[in-house]
Amino acid sequence: MRRMTKTAALLSTAALVLSACGGGGETDTGNGGDGTGSGAQSDIKVGMAYDVGGRGDESFNDAAAAGLDRAVEKFGFESQESEAALDEAETQREERLRTFADAGVDPIIAVGFAYSPSVAKVSKEYPEVNFAIIDDEVATGKNIANLVFAEEEGSFLVGAAAALKTKADHIGFIGGVNVPLIKKFEAGFKAGATEVTPDIEIDTTYLTQPPDFSGFNDPAKGKTAAQGMYDNGADIVYHAAGGSGGGLFEAASESGNLAIGVDSDQYETADPSVQDVILTSMLKNVDVAVEEYLTDVEAGDVPSGVTRYDLSVNGVGYSTSGGQVDDITDQLEEFKQQIIDGEIKVPTS
Amino acid sequence: MTERLTKPLLAVAAPALALVAAFALTSLVLIIAGDPTGEVWSTILTPPEARNVVNVVNAATVYYLSALAVAIGFRMNLFNIGVDGQYRVATFAAAVVAGEAWLPGILGTVLAVLAAVLVGAAWAGIAGVLRASRGVSEVISTIMLNFIATSLVAYSLRRVAVREEGSNIIGTREIPAESRVPGLPLLGEVNGEIYGFVVVAALCGAGYWFLLNRTRFGFDLRATGQSPEAAVASGVNVKRMIVTAMLLSGGVAGLVGLPILLGSAYTYGSTFQSGIGFAGIAIALLGRNHPVGIALGALLFAYLEEQSNPLQILVDVSPDIVKITQGIIVLTVVISYEVVRRYGQRVEQRRVAQALERPEGERAGVTT
Repeated sequence: MRRMTKTAALLSTAALVLSACGGGGETDTGNGGDGTGSGAQSDIKVGMAYDVGGRGDESFNDAAAAGLDRAVEKFGFESQESEAALDEAETQREERLRTFADAGVDPIIAVGFAYSPSVAKVSKEYPEVNFAIIDDEVATGKNIANLVFAEEEGSFLVGAAAALKTKADHIGFIGGVNVPLIKKFEAGFKAGATEVTPDIEIDTTYLTQPPDFSGFNDPAKGKTAAQGMYDNGADIVYHAAGGSGGGLFEAASESGNLAIGVDSDQYETADPSVQDVILTSMLKNVDVAVEEYLTDVEAGDVPSGVTRYDLSVNGVGYSTSGGQVDDITDQLEEFKQQIIDGEIKVPTS
Repeated sequence: MTERLTKPLLAVAAPALALVAAFALTSLVLIIAGDPTGEVWSTILTPPEARNVVNVVNAATVYYLSALAVAIGFRMNLFNIGVDGQYRVATFAAAVVAGEAWLPGILGTVLAVLAAVLVGAAWAGIAGVLRASRGVSEVISTIMLNFIATSLVAYSLRRVAVREEGSNIIGTREIPAESRVPGLPLLGEVNGEIYGFVVVAALCGAGYWFLLNRTRFGFDLRATGQSPEAAVASGVNVKRMIVTAMLLSGGVAGLVGLPILLGSAYTYGSTFQSGIGFAGIAIALLGRNHPVGIALGALLFAYLEEQSNPLQILVDVSPDIVKITQGIIVLTVVISYEVVRRYGQRVEQRRVAQALERPEGERAGVTT
């Protein structure tokens, strides 16, 4: 009994401390205090509530952070940040938003759909404070702005690019966590690829199932999944798996195949040693959405309601850095125009 | 005379020593990391507002049930790491049962609670049967069952889920208002309600104490945990005890998610809180498997988590520091109990030795 107590204590301590390390990362580098970059000054205090991973996840949260940083630089806002912990209770998300509101922060930007119920609830308690939520249009109200993206449209274009570039007529898709949001990436990617080559072979896998959200931040899992796909004959793999994508690039580099990045232009952000395997990236311009929202706030015209960032406003798209898709950009631009004109309807699931 | 004084002193010494050591070690981590130690502690130790107290009690209710489930296993020398999977499968089952509203009102609630207990027990029972019939370590099988639970629930959720247009969260059908468990607005309506389930949790704690300390079954269970050989000699069927203990542990684990499900979330979805089972292990250790100790441990963990939430906003320190503090508290509690136990033993030995050196006539007073 006593020996088991000790073993159990060690195990659970290790689990607690490891989860602290895992979730932590770069949290302390947040510019929490006064973000006075340029000479500009402002009374506006912006609060940003990140999802798990926070600033430094080289993915979704970082994109939101980039938008915030640019707005802070331009307008001299003060900014405060906080990130979600792994396995936290709903009340902790609510309390995070209330702490912001009580500290005089306005507007408060919630990054990620997990905040949907808490934003819906807390926005009613603080009707004078403005909220914005990314990737959700269920939490609605006079003081809520919903910033949503047409991920399927951008994914369609990189799917078409993959189909045009593959030599084996065999490509792959890696989703981080099997949730409806990531299903949109998959659906668009498949639609784009089959538009070009109707009988193309597409492998699909998801790294984890909810409530295990580690699939968004586990490069080792991403690498294993990608290796399996390349071994199976795929020569281009697209990921919508956040931080796990680093593993995909490694696997592509080691096996001499190609990969497609997601969210930001990963050719620019990835390790230089794997740059040459990145065919293109599906751009989901969360940073642009955040910056535009804050620009409106600065102008005194705080948005509310749903703003959809799709191809027509360049809210989503594909990247061309590295020059690997230069020879097919004409075709991709044509698809893009067809989607904008409504000639092609991209499915979302 | 000295014995009567040292015993309670030693009992208080262990947790006190642990908390002081945890405080010191966490401060050390903060100093090494270059964080403002004083501000961190003053934020954590600020008296919580009423609504935060409600949150702490609610979170502690959930942790309490989880730790109780783990403790039942511990008392029998079984390490049920699978509480996490057990409560997720059970909560999902309860959410479907209550959400489909097969029975109206309170009957639906009762049915959902029964479903949760049965499913939780069954899920843990698999590990119990494997251990009893095949000698498979319950540590391994319950961990594996956690993974299977994740996949099973994720798959089933996609089959039955309802999804609002434009939402990225999927969940079970919302539980009808009349089948929910009403909260207790003890600190005023505006500050939120304490889960009605807090009563159930307290009853479970009392039941746990009674079962283990006042019944034949509890005696057998503890005896089997301490020495299976001795238990067999006294006529206990060890295999049956293993299965029964796992079923009990799993049954309580089935209740873990219900305060949240029936008290605030009303649906089981992709953002339902996970990881409560692991927190339960730490809290059971912290509470020394004692129903009151576990309650204090659960409150402490919940308090630390609630109070650390604003750290990042107000002091610009990652709230992860609290995870480190929690880990250190668990370690220091175990270590300090061991230290105090050995110290107590030495005192005892010395006393006995002194008594033995005395002449025959005086020895009558020794009670050990």
